[in-house]
Amino acid sequence: MAVELDVFVGNTTIMDEEVYQLWLDGYTVNDAVKARMEGGVLDKTEATADVLLSDTMDQYRTFQMCERLLHSPSKLANQLLFQIPPHRQAMLIERYYTFDDGFVREVLGKKLSKGTKKDLDDISAKTGVTLKSCRRQFDNFKRVFKVVEELKGPLVENIRQHFLLSDKLARDYAAIVFFANNRFETGKKKLQYLNFQDFAFCAGQLINNWTVGAIDNMVEDMDVDLDKEFLQELKELKVLITDKDLLDQHKSLVCTALRGKTKVFNEMEANFKNLSRSLVNIATKLTNTKDVRDFFIDLVEKFIEPCRSDRWAAADVKLYLTHYTNSAHILDTFKHQVVWDRYMGVIKSCIFKMYHD
Amino acid sequence: MVGKTWPIRSTEIMPGKLKAKIVAGRHLPVMDRASDLTDAFVEVKFGTTTFKTDVYPKSLNPQWNSEWFKFEVDDEDLQDEPLQITVLDHDTYSANDAIGKVYIDIDPLLCTEAASVISGWFPIYDTIHGIRGEINVLVKVELFNDLNRFRQSSCGVKFFCTTSIPRSYRAVIVHGFVEELVVNEDPEYQWIDRIRTPRASNEARQRLISLMSGELQRKIGLKVLEMGGNAVVGYLQCFDLEGESGLVVRAIGTACTLEKLSSGGGPICCPHPNTAPASNACNSPSKDGKEPVFGEDLPLSSGPPTPFRSLPTSSSSPPPFSPSKPCSRQSSSSDTDLSLTPKTGMGSGGSAGKEAGPLKTLLRQQTQTALEQREFPFFTLTSFPPGFLVHVGGVVSARSVKLLDRIHNPDEPETRDAWWEEIRQEIKSHAKALGCHAVVGYSESTSICEEVCILSASGTAAILNPRYMREGCLDFGSTDHRFEEPSPPACGFCHIPYDELNMPFPAQLAYCYQCRRQKVPDVLFTTIDLPPEGAVTGKGCLIQARLCRLKKKAQGEVNATAISNLLPFMEYELHTQLMNKLKLRSMNALFGLRIQISVGENMLLGLASATGVYLTALPAPGGIQIAGKTPGDLNNEQHISTIQKRINDTIAKSKELYQINPPELTEEGVGSPIPEPRQRSRLFRSHSESSDELSELDLSHGKKDAFVLEIDDTDAVEDIHSLLTDASPPSGFYSCNTETMPGIYNWTSGVQMFTSVRVLRLSNTNLTNQGLNKIFTDLCENLLKSFYFKLRSMIPCCLCHLNFTVAVPEEELVQVSVTAVAMTFDKDQNQEKPLEKSIIKGGSETEEQLQFPLELCADSSSTSSQPSSKISGVPENTSVSTRDRCSTWLELLRLKAHTIRRGSVKTSRRTQSLAHSVSSLEHCSPLPDARSRSLRSSRSFGGSSVTTVKMTPLSFLPGTRIIKYLGIINMFFIRETTSLREEGGVSGFLHSFIAEVFAMVRAHVAALGGNAVVSYSMKDCVLMENPNKNQAQCLINVSGDAVICVRETDQEQMTSMMNSGQTCSTTDGAT
Repeated sequence: MAVELDVFVGNTTIMDEEVYQLWLDGYTVNDAVKARMEGGVLDKTEATADVLLSDTMDQYRTFQMCERLLHSPSKLANQLLFQIPPHRQAMLIERYYTFDDGFVREVLGKKLSKGTKKDLDDISAKTGVTLKSCRRQFDNFKRVFKVVEELKGPLVENIRQHFLLSDKLARDYAAIVFFANNRFETGKKKLQYLNFQDFAFCAGQLINNWTVGAIDNMVEDMDVDLDKEFLQELKELKVLITDKDLLDQHKSLVCTALRGKTKVFNEMEANFKNLSRSLVNIATKLTNTKDVRDFFIDLVEKFIEPCRSDRWAAADVKLYLTHYTNSAHILDTFKHQVVWDRYMGVIKSCIFKMYHD
Repeated sequence: MVGKTWPIRSTEIMPGKLKAKIVAGRHLPVMDRASDLTDAFVEVKFGTTTFKTDVYPKSLNPQWNSEWFKFEVDDEDLQDEPLQITVLDHDTYSANDAIGKVYIDIDPLLCTEAASVISGWFPIYDTIHGIRGEINVLVKVELFNDLNRFRQSSCGVKFFCTTSIPRSYRAVIVHGFVEELVVNEDPEYQWIDRIRTPRASNEARQRLISLMSGELQRKIGLKVLEMGGNAVVGYLQCFDLEGESGLVVRAIGTACTLEKLSSGGGPICCPHPNTAPASNACNSPSKDGKEPVFGEDLPLSSGPPTPFRSLPTSSSSPPPFSPSKPCSRQSSSSDTDLSLTPKTGMGSGGSAGKEAGPLKTLLRQQTQTALEQREFPFFTLTSFPPGFLVHVGGVVSARSVKLLDRIHNPDEPETRDAWWEEIRQEIKSHAKALGCHAVVGYSESTSICEEVCILSASGTAAILNPRYMREGCLDFGSTDHRFEEPSPPACGFCHIPYDELNMPFPAQLAYCYQCRRQKVPDVLFTTIDLPPEGAVTGKGCLIQARLCRLKKKAQGEVNATAISNLLPFMEYELHTQLMNKLKLRSMNALFGLRIQISVGENMLLGLASATGVYLTALPAPGGIQIAGKTPGDLNNEQHISTIQKRINDTIAKSKELYQINPPELTEEGVGSPIPEPRQRSRLFRSHSESSDELSELDLSHGKKDAFVLEIDDTDAVEDIHSLLTDASPPSGFYSCNTETMPGIYNWTSGVQMFTSVRVLRLSNTNLTNQGLNKIFTDLCENLLKSFYFKLRSMIPCCLCHLNFTVAVPEEELVQVSVTAVAMTFDKDQNQEKPLEKSIIKGGSETEEQLQFPLELCADSSSTSSQPSSKISGVPENTSVSTRDRCSTWLELLRLKAHTIRRGSVKTSRRTQSLAHSVSSLEHCSPLPDARSRSLRSSRSFGGSSVTTVKMTPLSFLPGTRIIKYLGIINMFFIRETTSLREEGGVSGFLHSFIAEVFAMVRAHVAALGGNAVVSYSMKDCVLMENPNKNQAQCLINVSGDAVICVRETDQEQMTSMMNSGQTCSTTDGAT
């Protein structure tokens, strides 16, 4: 005797959030049943394991049938096959597009290609996220990337409207798309201490200030590509380190402002020229795609690490960068205030975020 | 396809113009792999005329925005034909590929009161691929002429699946039974099927069945018009897929003359507010200690010893039916008893017992004449206006085994007609034997396996109030209701209709525990819902009897004989099981009883489902006593005592679970007039609710009226064990197969309709009957457990209208399909409600009354006043014999009842309008807005608007009121796959198919402008699979009534606006 067929279909589609999560996490039906039993769902009811298995199977089938719709969430709202209340639809979509921080950290900045997809089993082994779940998350990244690639208008808004995601999740996806598009290096050992949210914040800064969209909001790829003109203009900042007078003037202005306000004043004074050279060099090299990719590693190697070895506190970094940025305005021969602010504004917030005590 | 059934019509008759416009498509499948796009166009076909849209190139979301395609058609076509819309992919070089189809039944547009336009998104359906995108369509009908000129059509007759008088209507006259069947060859079995594709074959079948349904509906409509009616209520249509021998579509229903209630200021949609007025103290009335003994030899001719009669008949030879055939012993005997025009001689049908008194005689005579003109005084309704049912006799059923033969001439389906005629005659004779002139809750079904077909019919024998059957009663009722004869008391339907001295079966009679005047049986089985006036103690529960019987594989007549020999035993055993389970739950009546016997090649399956309740009017059920046949065996006796203890424990537990605390009984209570007025008795009851359980138990166990079960062999032991295996629902859950659960009143708005199907494959090892029984019982029990688990978030909740269907699709397969609805209710209120209800009884009754206004109002108020009249010591004889129309006493009473009613109307009005004034701030939009808001209330966050369509097998949705019936939904779908594994196996295949069927039903309802389907049912779910070939096919037939319903608060707004002119004075006065 065997159950040949067993289905349960409700007019309003019945979905258990717990089972949905297990499905998203890539559990097999049997593993999900085990997990649910351990979760104690049977204690509250008078059901048996058979009932649990049957219920899990039903729900897995439902989710599989829904998956096609979840790939273009706007369809979920006007499809006719499943009657799902709007708040449940929102839950389904949000959860489907939610990703593991551990996983995203592994693929952040990588090309969303078949090649990367082949490495997913390694990532799965490394992160402990099931391969099935890795695939879903990777495909989500790729799908969002593909869709917004062809859209005009602000990136975050496009993702939010097209995939009906929450603002937070849409921002995260914008970061992922931005990183994938510019292929920022995030995998180096020195960057391992940074988590996804650190990068997502920096991505937000870059998108809002350094892309074409920061000036003109009706061009294609406006939020994905960095503003080429701006990058070109950054070369002008070189004068800050090449013009010796300017450099000295800048140093003395900063030191005057900092004196007595920090314990590491001596280190700041000693390192000023080095640090200033580093930051300006990063700016001037950004016209090369290769150097754009190394943007974060450069920030860490050239600025964050020296400061850290001198035991600057986060507050010190903040203080230093604030005065460093502001003092440039007083330099009478320095004519590139606008570019300087656009550059330093982002650098400042990125370094604050990346400087962990 | 054969066009034989549709005679050629004259083309000059052209009463209507059908107009269709194809607006747009969306989510179309990719048909061109190269471009990942589709070049879609649409063919619109009606009858033999076809129009095409332009090709909309390279899009998955085409915007055709076509012109209006106009079809000039005659009325018969309008009723029979569906509008057929085919979406295709244009291909320059090869044949165009079909994407899918939409069939739209335009019948709802032919009724002025129903929908006026069909407009919306329909799923594009393909029988091989399922739903493939959606199409937006607009359809209108313009009728030119007076439709009455065209006798072929029955446009304008309304159809309802609902088996009660639809809410927002009132029944002027209930005309009675209508039936029709049409037959055809099944396209699947035609020679051409060998050369056409599965898709073409499926589509031919779908189309044929759609046409046949249309034709059937039209023919039934004509019969209704002939009878002078304007509607069919309780319309039940079924398909018999007879395979090689053809395809039968048959339908039964109840013809009525309905009148729309003009003002909606009426009732709150509150189902069966059965108050439970307690009966007074009264002792067990059984004076003769005679106990019905089960386990004796089965008396084939007399049937089971309770109000339940069934005589399986067999006619193993193909028609013409001849009663002299030796095999058809039963049917021939019943046939000779019958004459088509009933005379009063038979049984106790015409003669009233001495207890009945002149009232009964009078009633009976009047009704008799009204019903005598009818060949079959059958009613497919299951719930009735108060006062409609006078007495209920019990369940009547008949079965007949037939051998199918090819239908030679589809135009004259006489053979099948004769078969059903024979069964119906038998039902009629059973009813007569129970002293009843009518059958209510009537239904028919078939089970087919290869060439053998079991035809079944069942219903509840009853005596009806003749008023509803008479012509011109409308005038009578509305002008002066004081001249109406008094209707029976609320407990009247429990009183026996048959002669006490000449009972059709052995039963224990007792005086009614409510009125104490009339005799009632010890148990009552019915196929109807609990009448609204019926009082119950505690709550009810689902009771099922399940049975498997193996039979030898055989062919032809041998097979038919074997089956017909098994049937009586199965019925008897099912009945015994039901009876035992009823006693185990300490209940005394079954409602909604449905017995299904399914035939397979090597077994028969029997499933009886019903809702058990404790009817306050009936005596308390005795316990169950176990007795061993061989006394002295110590081992055995010990065993027996353990079982006895378990049984007693179960009974005690049931009483607690279902809150069955009947009032204490006192010895002298029987038959003596009760001095207290009803109000006091109710209070008394509510006190006794907390009365000591133990004393209750002592009363019912070990007494002489206990039910004795003899254990004489292992089978009996097994049976008893199986009795005890039925698990009660987990706390927070109730279940029933009737519309609502007796004893629960305060439904909240949570509704979840579901369909579940399970198929078991039996291993082919030597299975015994016992083993099979266990498997079958477990299958049903596990399904219930699954439902309880899945719906646990809805607690407290009740599974209503649990409709189990069993089938034996293949030799080793057992299929059970269930459709039901889970409804939430307010638990806290539930505890208080009965008490509260009894206090404000007047108010609650008016709510009920307003659904059947005027004549019925007077009626039901007299319902409540009648018992008190009796209680006050006036002998019944007097009240009837002096039924003088000028009787001042009676007039006074009625007048009093009337003023009470009027007063309560006012009160309820006031509360309603108060509620309205509170919510009026946000409900101040004009009428159309109010409606659209309620329909599109669940606007989706994505900005799209898919109307939420609720579905329920019940005739109402809690918390809402139906303001419009838009027409009947009757859909038939076939789905087939040749990639079963890829679709997730047979479960995946069926899961998506059922979801697709739901989606298509919802889309049609939404396109009609509706937001709900009531009285939804899945009539057929026929699944065939061949996993080896990776193939499966499934046929599903669903039906229901499309409606617009509004939340009660919205309704207040609407009605107050609708009637602002007329009722403003009332509203002003109230606010």
